[in-house]
Order: sequence, then C-alpha cells, then structure tokens
Amino acid sequence: MLNEQGPQKARSVIDIRGLSLTFETNDGPVHALSNVDLDIREGEFVSFIGPSGCGKTTLLRVIADLEKPTGGEITVNGVTPEEARLARAYGYVFQSSALYPWRTIADNVALPLEIMGLSASERKERIARNLDLVNLGGFERKYPWQLSGGMQQRASIARALAVEPHLLLMDEPFGALDEIVRDHLNEQLLKLWAKTDKTVVFVTHSIPEAVFLSTKIVVLFPRPGRIYDVIESDLPRDRTLDIRETPEFLKIAHRVREGLRAGHSYEDS
Amino acid sequence: MTDAAYSSPMGKVDSPFSRLMSGTTGPVIVVVAVIVAVWYIAAALLNAPAQRDAFQRAGQTDVTLAEFVVATYAQERPVLPAPHQVAAEIWATTAEKAITSKRSLIYHSGITLSSTLLGFVLGTALGIGLAILVVHSRVLDKSLMPWVISSQTIPILAIAPMIIVVLNAINVTGLWPKALISTYLSFFPVTVGMVKGLRSPEIIQLDLMKTYSASGFQTLLMLRLPSAMPYLFASMKVAVAASLVGAIVGELPTGAVAGLGARLLSGSYYGQTVQIWSALIVAAVLAASLVTIVSIAERVVLRRMGMAR
Ligand SMILES: Nc1ncnc2c1ncn2[C@@H]1O[C@H](COP(=O)(O)OP(=O)(O)OP(=O)(O)O)[C@@H](O)[C@H]1O
Ligand SMILES: [Mg+2]
Repeated sequence: MLNEQGPQKARSVIDIRGLSLTFETNDGPVHALSNVDLDIREGEFVSFIGPSGCGKTTLLRVIADLEKPTGGEITVNGVTPEEARLARAYGYVFQSSALYPWRTIADNVALPLEIMGLSASERKERIARNLDLVNLGGFERKYPWQLSGGMQQRASIARALAVEPHLLLMDEPFGALDEIVRDHLNEQLLKLWAKTDKTVVFVTHSIPEAVFLSTKIVVLFPRPGRIYDVIESDLPRDRTLDIRETPEFLKIAHRVREGLRAGHSYEDS
Repeated sequence: MTDAAYSSPMGKVDSPFSRLMSGTTGPVIVVVAVIVAVWYIAAALLNAPAQRDAFQRAGQTDVTLAEFVVATYAQERPVLPAPHQVAAEIWATTAEKAITSKRSLIYHSGITLSSTLLGFVLGTALGIGLAILVVHSRVLDKSLMPWVISSQTIPILAIAPMIIVVLNAINVTGLWPKALISTYLSFFPVTVGMVKGLRSPEIIQLDLMKTYSASGFQTLLMLRLPSAMPYLFASMKVAVAASLVGAIVGELPTGAVAGLGARLLSGSYYGQTVQIWSALIVAAVLAASLVTIVSIAERVVLRRMGMAR
C-alpha cells in the first residue's frame, strides 16, 4: 500500500504551480486566485479553510475543470484537469445538493451510474450501500422536495460516493447539517477514507472539522485569494471523535485559528 | 351561550347559493348566463332592421314589442342568430343525423380533427427538433431562430392558399395540405417554449453532468428534456389550438367539401348564418376539449415525474 510509505513518497494527485484565476466582471476584474502553489499526494485528506469569498470553491472548481485558470499550471493525476475529468477521475460534492427534482433519491444516486453504463444489479447494490452510509436507507422512493435540506445534501454525498472515485472533491458538504449528524458523517467519511486509498479535497468553514479530518490544512487569504499557511497534521490516521480533546489536536486548531484571524483582520483593514 | 347561537350563522354561510359561488361552478354559470343574455339582446338589435322591413312588406303595422322581439329570434337568415337557433341547429346536425351523413357536424368535425391532430403531432415534433438544434448550436441559434420568428409574421390567410395550390400541383391532396398548415402554425409555440425549457436547467445541474463527463446526448436525455417538460406542455396547449385554426383555414381556400371550414364557407355562400354560427361554436368546443386533454396529459405526466406537488 502506498500509504504505508507515508504520504510524502506517495504519487502526486494534484500539482498546482503559480495558479491564478481572474474573473472578468462588469465592475472590473475579480482576482479570485493569485499565485497558488499546492501539491496533494495520493491518500491525503486536504482541507481548504478561509473567510467567505477567498476562493475555496473556485480552487476546487479549477481542479474539477469546471473553471479554467487564467495563469499557472495544474495537473490532476499527471494530466490536465480536462483529461482527468473526461476520464471520470473524481467525484464532486457541490455546496448545494443539485438533486434532480424529477428523480427519486435512489434514481438521483443512480444518475452517474447510468451515465457510466453500469448494470442494473450493480447500480442497485451501490445505491443501497451508499444510501445506508449516509443514513438514508428507507428514503429511496422519496422525491428531493420531500426531504429536508440536510437530507438532500446527504443524498448528494451518497451520489458522489456511489461513483467510487479515487479523488473526492467536496465543497462544504456538511455545512447544512446539525452538529450530531455532522459528527457522524465526519466519522463515516474518515473511516471510508482510511480503509480505501482515496484522496479527499475538502472545503469547510469549521476549524474542528478541518483538524479532525485532515492530514493537511490549507488556510486561504482573500482578495486576491492565495495560500496563507499549509499545516501538516501529525494526528494518527485512524482517529475517533475523542481526539478533539487532546493537546495535539488543540495545538493544530490554534494554528488554523491564527491563520483565519490574520485573514479576517487583513480583510477589515 | 348555546350551540344554536353558533350554528345559526354557520347555517347561513353554508346556504346552497354561497356554497355554489365559493366553488368554480357558480361563477362559471354566472358568466355563461351573462354571455347568453348579451347575445339575446344583440341578436334582437341586429336583426331588428330586417324584421321591420319584413313586417312593412307584409303590411303588418300593429305588432307589439313582444311579438316583434320574438320574430327577430325566428328569422331564417338572421344577421345574428339567437342562441337557441344555434343550439337547435347543432342538435339537428349532430344528435339527429347519422355520423356518416354529409350534413352531420360530427362528420365534419372528424375531418377537421384528423388534420388538426396530424398537424399538431408534426408541429410538436418539428418544434422539439428545431429547439434541440438551436440549443446545441450557436450557429443554428443565430441562423435558424430569425426564420422561425419571421415565419409567423406572414398572415396565414396569405400563405394557406399557396401551400394548398403548390401541394395540389404535386398531387398531394386531402388531409395532408391542411395538416401542413396546422404544422406551420403549431411548430412555432413549441419551438419557442422548448428552447426556453431546454435552457432551463441551472448551471449547477449542468456542472454536475460535466463532472460525470456525460455526453451531449446524455445531458439532453437525462437533464434538458426532463427540465423542459413543464414548458413543453404549456406550449402544446397553445399549439393544439393553433393547429385547429390552421386546419379550418386550410379548408377555406380549397373549396373543400368537408370539414368545419367547409361548413363555414358554404354557410357564407348561401347566407346561412345559423350554419356558420353552429360551426363556429362546435369549433370552439373542439378547441376547448383539445386544450383540456393536453392539460390532463400534463397533470398525469408531471405527477408521474414527481414534478407536480
Ligand atoms: N463566476 C464568477 N464570476 C465572477 N466572480 C466570481 C465567480 N465565481 C466566484 N467569483 C468571485 O470569486 C471570489 C471567490 O469566490 P468563491 O466562490 O471561490 O469563494 P469561497 O471561498 O468558496 O466562499 P464561500 O466560503 O462563501 O463559499 C469571490 O469574490 C467571488 O465573488
Ligand atoms: Mg464556496
């Protein structure tokens, strides 16, 4: 297993150098990303954290080839993001659930599987397994509007997991959930990540969530969006929620908080 | 306080009249009654001059107002026939005639309906096809849409005879020329509605398809078409009514022997206003029924898709 050699020796999954992205808008250019360098290796769990509007979503969308950078270089699995996307290299969880209202929950999870051309029995098995994983067993035949916002978001996570991608890009997937459900899903996600070789890139606003989940925390700064700090976490791979009380955990959380404070005061000045 | 104190005002609120008026039936009856009343008044006024002449010619001078009004409702070729004259004519030419009879309005409706439906199906298919092309190609959007729109600026009465004459010249007669005029009128609302509908998915829904690297065809089938369904039905309601107009207009210039259009034409040749109005009323009922059928299909389909709550 690659992970046993330590993340540093693992294959590079995402390699970003001098990346920048400027949106041309009616009131002039918006520098969403400026000179971003980042290396993400196989098996890593990387969190982006930073004030609202600092470019977290934009950076994730560039990796997913949903946005084209205006400068710099980026490779995903050693190829361009577009080639990676066409090879279905990643699963993406959007900031909102983006379920199709005319499909039941099961059929929404089935959507990518139909596109991939999986057999009906394979689809059925994956739907059941992934809906169970997000605690939505029994809601297969409901339509999205019959579910709460948090349940819809969980369905969209099941839909991304059902693809069984090696690279998982998640944009604030648990932002709309209550604390208890969030803790549960954090544990589930961590378990899933620990037992597979998945690489996860995860956007969040929550410091405890970022520290609990990540092997690497990237703190971003706004206007223009850029990387302020990259914190490598030395917490063990298999963690439980109790770890949040340990001094090591609190030390990392403190450093993340310092970074965020700097970002906010920078914004205010 | 006793129960009676409560129940008596409640009883008032629940009187049969107020119950009727709180639903849709009551107001509909009121509207129909007003229309019929206005119609009767207008018929008396419009037919009065001819009736005065008729009485004068007959030398009758001592007619009462009541007799005069009744007489205006009983002319053979009134300017505006009274509702009961039209109703009697419709009854005589539907219920009391064999369906195969050349004088049966059901027979004529059937002829018009068949070209209406053929034209509607063709127009809807053409509209959907054009919309798919327009949505998927910027070039076609720029080059095709102006033609689609300008096609509807030409008066149908001007273009219908040309279509009929040209098609007759190449030996296409009967159902098809009329159906093509229906197509000409009905493809337009479907094209416009479907272009809007196929473009209605949100960016995030399209992005999702992109992350799966779905093909254009898969995106069309699994996202754009389902999103467009409410738009399709809205435009189909307009299209089906336009198809009926097209079929009737198509029957006028051919001197067609059958169809509601032919009844209108022969009615106006011989000044048979009662026949004209019967055909008009039947055409209106037909249009309303067609739109209702599309509405029912809309409700069934959208409910089965989980889109109607
Ligand atoms: N399509 C776009 N056109 C123009 N500007 C954009 C576009 N998308 C994002 N931006 C701008 O880029 C900046 C970064 O936006 P982004 O959505 O990446 O922020 P974020 O860090 O994800 O914020 P949040 O935490 O609120 O989700 C913002 O200033 C935003 O206004
Ligand atoms: Mg965001």
